Amino acid sequence: MKVDMELCLRCGACVGTCNDTAIRLYESGIVFHMDICVRCGSCMLVCPVGAISEEVGV
Amino acid sequence: MRMDVDVLVIGGGPVGCTVARFAALGGTHTLIVEKRSEIGSPVRCGEGIAPDIFDEIGITKDSRWVRNTVDGARFISPAGHMWVIEGEAVSEEVGLVIDRDKFDKVMALHALDEGAKLMLRTHIEELIVDGGKVTGARGKYMGQDIEIAAKVVIAADGYESVLAGQVGIDTRLESKDVETCLQYTLGGVVNQDRYCDFYFGNSVVPGGYIWIFPKSASEVNVGLGLLLSKVEKKGAVKEYLDGFIKDHPVLSKGSAISMVAGGVSVSMPIKTTVADGFIVVGDAARMVDPLSGGGLANGMLAAKIAGEVAAKAVKSGNVSAETLAEYDTSWRKRLEEKMYRNYLTKELLLKQSDETVDKVIETLGNTKMENVGTFEIIQAIAEKHPDVVKEIEKFFI
Repeated sequence: MKVDMELCLRCGACVGTCNDTAIRLYESGIVFHMDICVRCGSCMLVCPVGAISEEVGV
Repeated sequence: MRMDVDVLVIGGGPVGCTVARFAALGGTHTLIVEKRSEIGSPVRCGEGIAPDIFDEIGITKDSRWVRNTVDGARFISPAGHMWVIEGEAVSEEVGLVIDRDKFDKVMALHALDEGAKLMLRTHIEELIVDGGKVTGARGKYMGQDIEIAAKVVIAADGYESVLAGQVGIDTRLESKDVETCLQYTLGGVVNQDRYCDFYFGNSVVPGGYIWIFPKSASEVNVGLGLLLSKVEKKGAVKEYLDGFIKDHPVLSKGSAISMVAGGVSVSMPIKTTVADGFIVVGDAARMVDPLSGGGLANGMLAAKIAGEVAAKAVKSGNVSAETLAEYDTSWRKRLEEKMYRNYLTKELLLKQSDETVDKVIETLGNTKMENVGTFEIIQAIAEKHPDVVKEIEKFFI
């Protein structure tokens, strides 16, 4: 997964919605733990501003 | 860095600060840790609240954070029917519009006045668990490793909580129980009346609502919550909200001075909120009201109980899950039944067509109610449209 930090409001909606705790929010940005991520896509849909997308080729 | 405290509260929001205030009042050495560099910022809230909670937790309304007192609420259906609640009928539920950033800071100050300590820029990464018992937490303070030993650890880390899962407390949510929200504070709008407006209907916003809360005569919060299970494409929330504002005769003239977003749970609360040496409270425990999406009042009510029970447990030298269970039992007694009824109402609302929402709002708009309570509302609907409320009536009457 990939976050467009120009759009991201650092609201944490993706963090709380991820049922696998694969996303962490830091002051510096969002970190996806792709070893845990099951690619369910919830974070992309819950993001109020549409800042998250699936990285092509992952 | 290593530290040692009686009660460690993770999260410096109003729930965490209320926990800390009561834990400190109970005579314990209490520390609040907050990952951000400023309490109250960024705001993640509609900023409307019914004032009853402030008596409950012993807080006096304060000009530092009260922005506006509203005269009532208006519920608007897709076809434009309106149901207005105002005057004496709402004596118990008249709302305030507040500045959450200032409110949060004042709540932190109250906690500090009772002797609690606060550390900013402290990001807790994991709980320290020893033989199933929580004995502290570790993370980073200003980028440096920190380890804090505590007799009781309290997770008040909000919607994005990830800590409770570490001791087997399931805080996961289904997409039908999550609202994705966006709000602008708009300035430059002429808004002389003091009503909180709520727009409903699946064509307006699927599985949610739009709110307009007046902060002053020229400043409003306008926001939207959309049910995650109804989101069909990325960024839908912003599209719905921008579209609503663009078509609105008053709001379209304003500009945003702030933009906030967030996830809100509209679920039932988690099954257990305690473990050995550990308590979960507020949004982290999914205590948000599932119908309104309001989390502040429920969270602060539970926070008071959490702080008191934690202090008592520390003093007694027994911080087992059984001792802390007094917190779990007490907050459920106060909140759970109402949350259940509101959860059922939310589920019922979701199933209604726009036509039904129009009919119901029209009926309520034409009904004179002496006291507006859930019972009276259900009764008024049942009289004209018995089919709509048939499934849930028994839980209310």
